[in-house]
Amino acid sequence: MNALTENWVAIGAVSDIPRRGSRCVKNGDTTIAIFRTVDDHIYALEDKCPHKNGPLSQGIVHDGCVTCPLHNWVISLETGQAQGADEGGTLSFGVKLDGDSILLDIGGAR
Amino acid sequence: MKKKLVVVGNGMAPGRMLEHLFELSPDGFDVTVFNAEPRVNYNRLMLSPVLSGEKTYEDIITHDDAWYEQQGITLHKGSKVSRIDRGAKTVTSDNGITASYDTLIVATGSNPFIIPLPGKDLEGVLTYRDLDDVEKMLCAARAGGRAVVIGGGLLGLEAAAGLRQQGMEVTVLHLMPSLMERQLDPAAGYLLEKAFADRGIDVITKANTHEIVGKDGKVAGVKLDNGTVIDAAIVVMAVGIRPGIDLAKESGLDVNRGILVGDDMQTSDPDIYALGECVEHRSQVYGLVAPLYEMAVTIAENLCGNKAAYTGSVTATKLKVTGIDLYSAGDFAEAEDRQEIVLRDATAGVYKRLVLKDDRIIGAVLYGETSDGPWFFDLLKKQTDISDMRETLIFGQAYQGGSPLDPMAAVAALPDDAEICGCNGVCKSKISNAIVGKNLNSLDDVRAHTKASASCGSCTGLVEQLLSLALGEAYNPAAVQPMCGCTELGHDDVRRLIVAKQLKTIPAVMQELEWKTSCGCAKCRPALNYYLVCDWPDEYADDYQSRFINERVHANIQKDGTYSVVPRMWGGVTSSKELRAIADTVDKFDIPMVKVTGGQRIDLLGIRKEDLPAVWGDLGKAGFVSGQAYAKGLRTVKTCVGTDWCRFGTQDSTGLGIRIEKFMWGSWTPAKVKMAVSGCPRNCSEATCKDVGIICVDSGFEIHFAGAAGLDIKGTEILGMVKTEDEALEHVVALVQMYREQGRYLERIYKWSRRIGYDEVRRQIMDDADKRRAYFERFVFSQKFAQVDPWSERVSGKDKHEFQPMATLSLEAAE
Ligand code: SRM
Ligand SMILES: Cc1cc2nc3c(=O)[nH]c(=O)nc-3n(C[C@H](O)[C@H](O)[C@H](O)COP(=O)(O)OP(=O)(O)OC[C@H]3O[C@@H](n4cnc5c(N)ncnc54)[C@H](O)[C@@H]3O)c2cc1C
Ligand code: SF4
Ligand code: FES
Repeated sequence: MNALTENWVAIGAVSDIPRRGSRCVKNGDTTIAIFRTVDDHIYALEDKCPHKNGPLSQGIVHDGCVTCPLHNWVISLETGQAQGADEGGTLSFGVKLDGDSILLDIGGAR
Repeated sequence: MKKKLVVVGNGMAPGRMLEHLFELSPDGFDVTVFNAEPRVNYNRLMLSPVLSGEKTYEDIITHDDAWYEQQGITLHKGSKVSRIDRGAKTVTSDNGITASYDTLIVATGSNPFIIPLPGKDLEGVLTYRDLDDVEKMLCAARAGGRAVVIGGGLLGLEAAAGLRQQGMEVTVLHLMPSLMERQLDPAAGYLLEKAFADRGIDVITKANTHEIVGKDGKVAGVKLDNGTVIDAAIVVMAVGIRPGIDLAKESGLDVNRGILVGDDMQTSDPDIYALGECVEHRSQVYGLVAPLYEMAVTIAENLCGNKAAYTGSVTATKLKVTGIDLYSAGDFAEAEDRQEIVLRDATAGVYKRLVLKDDRIIGAVLYGETSDGPWFFDLLKKQTDISDMRETLIFGQAYQGGSPLDPMAAVAALPDDAEICGCNGVCKSKISNAIVGKNLNSLDDVRAHTKASASCGSCTGLVEQLLSLALGEAYNPAAVQPMCGCTELGHDDVRRLIVAKQLKTIPAVMQELEWKTSCGCAKCRPALNYYLVCDWPDEYADDYQSRFINERVHANIQKDGTYSVVPRMWGGVTSSKELRAIADTVDKFDIPMVKVTGGQRIDLLGIRKEDLPAVWGDLGKAGFVSGQAYAKGLRTVKTCVGTDWCRFGTQDSTGLGIRIEKFMWGSWTPAKVKMAVSGCPRNCSEATCKDVGIICVDSGFEIHFAGAAGLDIKGTEILGMVKTEDEALEHVVALVQMYREQGRYLERIYKWSRRIGYDEVRRQIMDDADKRRAYFERFVFSQKFAQVDPWSERVSGKDKHEFQPMATLSLEAAE
């Protein structure tokens, strides 16, 4: 990742997202899904399943992955890559915590 | 001519005797059996799992009605023999049935001993011996309160654990200073006491009961000699048994403590045998099944003229309380000439004790870790000289000679004649030979062919290891399909254990049932969430993060990420006011598609998630509630116009449909439930392909179930006919509740009922009024917590975060 393109914005607090859940951030035409795992790790992926664009933010979060609500693909929260036999990936974004506050890097998706 | 054989008592011992007899001589005998209990033969050892809810009565039946019919046996249920006329060679029962015999077998079992305390006859003083006792305890448990169990032996402890699992407060009163003092030393008794305390069971030792206190003829408490009074809704006496000898004694047979028999099992009358717990043989009276089964074989052989002899038995037993492992065998009394080896590991909760005499094991108790039980028992029975391995004996078989063995190797190393199943006296070679010789490949096969593991079930692990040894990879112990990759357990086991172990949260289930993942997956979490909602309607807090999106936001997600909204139209009936409200909502929110569904109501499609609460708000003002078109729950009840309009209508099908929908909406079920009510057999609402359907006829209501018209097409099965609307409602509700409690997640009614048997559903819902009523009441109870309109809740602000983005970034920020 190129440091020059980093662009961190505060999007809210960890406690705004339910554990094993997700909330969306709208950035122009892009929707970014912010996930919180059972152990309070925060991840950000574009809210678009690599299969048929299903909204990943609406899926069930488990063990570092989310299951897409439309056809059950399982996507890694860390890498945005489909797991198992399925192939494809969605954009993932950098996330930092500043105390309880979440910072999202909208400069360069990975 | 066939010989006339009459059997008095239909317990475990004669059941086994009859099996052998029909194997040896399929046509030699004309058999009549009298049973004081009003039922067929069942596995008495398994009453504790029935009490705790881990099994049902149906699971523990050994011989069903069909078996008696096949063998041509006349079984008089609920008929207690009150007289034997040895001159005329007849027996007569108290309900007036007389049968004559060539040979008679007295197998009257034993009776629980009742301490002659003041108050012993009060209502609510129970014993623990047969299914009726269990049913009484279950009935009391439903009412709640405290149960006092008198007696801290095996039976009393099993009863206490079961009652606790059924939700009662439980106190065990034990006369001696520590539990099971005959088997355990005080320190081990303490370990056991603590294990019970951990389950919330109070144990009071050195408790001398003074009297049972009553109120209005019913039990109210128990008073101890020291003046303490303990409140009690029921008292269970489990202080010992006495052989049932009254009938034999009155008939002039020789008795002492039990009915006296010789090695041939004949009583003092050569035409009469005695069998089971009522017997006294070589001054011994038995209270466990293994010796009784040996007696049973002896009698069967002798009846066929094969001169067999029974010479007595040594016994071993296990405490059957899930989660507490206790095994004991032999004799534990202290004496000058005996030594003990004790191993204690308090942190691991392990205690092992061997009693030795002349370098031979004569008694063994294992607590916490019981896998060496059969090995010790084998050494005990064979009276093996253990002096060479005395140093390491207590550590078990794995430590004998060299490095510790793995469990498979330990089983492999057992001698061929080592006893695997203590209850049925089945040795290793018999099981191994049957597996190979008869091509057996499942536990059930082994049970059917050898009886091993078919009684108390505690040797199941060993039998499975033998299967693995013989079949290698080909043996798949988990013939049950696991729920998902997170566990080895199947849906049924998980459901059973949730109830039995009182697991009330998803983390508790995952912890206790040893989930392999940290927080489950998209398959198991929704299933667990449903099971917990169903089993603990009042206590469980629904976990939204474990619900599929549709059930989390109460609308159906569409392919483009928008949602559809389907309000209820009770029974498919609507009005101009409702239609106007729908029209206004469609205009206001610019809803792109309005469609009449296949379920007699209207679907509004293409709504943005953010708009959902406002759409619901407007619909709510017109009186609409969620149609739950997204739920694994009650969907629609389709109706036709019925007597109100139709010239063929026989009953108010519209009214009944609406009544059912209003009664049942909001309930969660394993998979969706769709119903329909038709006013006559022309069946315009298509009731004969629904999960549950009703066809009205002149004489009443024909109830149908198990139809399908989606991925599979299947006409319904008929449940039965009822006369009134009230009865129709009760039957339908009970059926759905039975399904709620037993169905596997995502299993529709037609699949569930095919799996458990349509007749079983009919038996429980049509024929067993008590069961039906109980299902009905449990449904009504759970509806108290389920009938809350999810839409109005969300309009008032619940789960607000679901419907709003967390942040909307301005374009500048993105630059
Ligand atoms: C809207 C509707 C079609 C219509 O426009 O008429 C419909 C729409 C859907 N059906 Fe259906 N079914 C609809 C009536 C039916 C019927 C007819 C009936 O209910 O009388 C059936 C056959 C009867 C049955 O269920 O056995 C039916 C059998 C299915 C099945 C197959 C179920 C099965 O076990 O065989 C599915 C798939 C599933 O549930 O897994 C399904 C799934 C769906 C889903 C939920 C697909 C999904 O998972 O997203 C569709 C949702 C669309 C939406 O958002 O509204 N739908 N679906 C009907 C809504 C009825 C209602 O008012 O609630
Ligand atoms: C809760 C519980 C748990 C147990 N757990 C174990 C265990 O883990 N391991 C173990 O080895 N043993 C266990 N036992 C003991 C075991 O169940 C008995 O040893 C065995 O059932 C005795 O068999 P039986 O045929 O002699 O008598 P029973 O099975 O008691 O049968 C006697 C039958 O005869 C009927 N009868 C009596 N009198 C008459 C009459 N005059 N006319 C007609 N019918 C009559 C009775 O109603 C009864 O149905 C347990 C017992 C109980 C109650
Ligand atoms: S039949 Fe049902 S599931 Fe299939 S496309 Fe139509 S509405 Fe969807
Ligand atoms: S769109 Fe996600 S699995 Fe199909």
